[in-house]
Amino acid sequence: MGDLWSGLTQAFWLVVTLDKELVEISWRSLRITLSALVLASAIAMPLAAFLAVRRFRARRAFIAVMNALMGLPPVVVGLVVYVLLSRSGPFGVLGLLFTPTAMIIAQIIIIVPLIASIAHQSLRDLWQEYHDLLISMNVTQWQKMKTLLWDARRALLTAALAGFGRAIGEVGAIMIVGGNIDHATRVLTTAIALETGKGNFALALSLGFVLIALAVAVNLAIHWLGRTEREGRW
Amino acid sequence: MIRKFLITPLFAILAMSSMAQAQDVMKLAVTTSFHNSGLSDVLLPEIRKDLDLEVQLLVVGTGQALKLGQEGDVDAILVHSRKAEEAFVADGFGTHRREIMYNDFVVIGPGEDPAGIAGAADAGDALARIATQQSRFVSRGDDSGTHKKERALWQAAGVDPDAAGAWYNAVGAGMGAALNTASGMNAYILSDRASWLNFGNKGDLALLYSGDPVLLNQYAYLPVNPELHPHAKSDLAVALEDWLTSERAAALINEYKINGETLFTFNAQ
Repeated sequence: MGDLWSGLTQAFWLVVTLDKELVEISWRSLRITLSALVLASAIAMPLAAFLAVRRFRARRAFIAVMNALMGLPPVVVGLVVYVLLSRSGPFGVLGLLFTPTAMIIAQIIIIVPLIASIAHQSLRDLWQEYHDLLISMNVTQWQKMKTLLWDARRALLTAALAGFGRAIGEVGAIMIVGGNIDHATRVLTTAIALETGKGNFALALSLGFVLIALAVAVNLAIHWLGRTEREGRW
Repeated sequence: MIRKFLITPLFAILAMSSMAQAQDVMKLAVTTSFHNSGLSDVLLPEIRKDLDLEVQLLVVGTGQALKLGQEGDVDAILVHSRKAEEAFVADGFGTHRREIMYNDFVVIGPGEDPAGIAGAADAGDALARIATQQSRFVSRGDDSGTHKKERALWQAAGVDPDAAGAWYNAVGAGMGAALNTASGMNAYILSDRASWLNFGNKGDLALLYSGDPVLLNQYAYLPVNPELHPHAKSDLAVALEDWLTSERAAALINEYKINGETLFTFNAQ
């Protein structure tokens, strides 16, 4: 209980005084996660639209696997990415292990199934409504996908935010592939793990509060941005 | 509109994340005990100042550090497990082994000392007393240098920890995390002195036994073999070795104190 309280006060002071290291690792957390989010959304959303619009033989199996992969264990993803990027692994020549790029790759793998699954759910419902109209207008596959993606943008935002939530709080994979290097790959979650290991529970807790605040702030900011939109279905 | 709003700053962020640093950068795998001691926070800024070299630390157990060196994922390693280090060099993974400094291991335990190890004759005797009393003991269990040392001590004490009962707990974690566990369980644990002094969550634990010469803990520096891994920055590894064995490093290491206690003794040849 004492740790919880001193964690709160410490978090308060760290934020108020804009502690240099705190700003650095928070900024890095945000940068890595948002990069992963943008890239993962760029992969997952067209994929979801494609799955909604197109009928093909393995579609059901594909969707089932994609849904199952939402629960992909981050530690395993981290380990696989580690082995692939290690100097002795197939992509070793790129020298990416223990860099922010490796962390972004791991996070993309973790959140793509999540974003694609949630996005697919809403796009599928929308497709039922649009199906006859779009078919009768005889538009191309690509135009159908674009229409669905644009008209379901609010729901896609939710999918993206779910991905963001999973990525920003993730520690297992990025600890392994990033190595938690000070001033290079240390982010909020790995710093929390480190401080817990040292027995500095108050500092670890205060970093935890900052992490939660950051996640909330990003969510609010994105929602606010979304509401500035005037036209649209809703 | 919304897309422009969201995507432009995000791509700016992306572009920045690939920004390279201007100065030299090398990767060094070190043990948790070295990092937890706080000595790295003293040495790294000085290295940066003197050599314009940014040393990126990968804080892992000795087992993983050796593995990282073996695979070429770091440029040099700083560890403390002599047998494993000599095998590392013999197998051609490292060019050579250079001793830098030493500190010592201590036995930590509950303040009331149920096994009575404070009066033990030597380190082996201390552990034997814990085994006889079946007092709870926390082991790193992560193949680190500290863990290897502990295994060797059990062997000397004539106790087989693998056959031990529920009192022996291998947690498979770094020094700080293992100390946390020991504090929570009020158990005995073998720790390096520096990690113990820097540990914030002492609970009822106290330093109960130290001083046996077998508890000395020698740190050595091993550059990764550039013939095996051409991408390894061996020139930077050599520069760092020269610095670590210099008078300047000697002074910094010998003068580093926590609570008035000297932690490391410089002994590079």
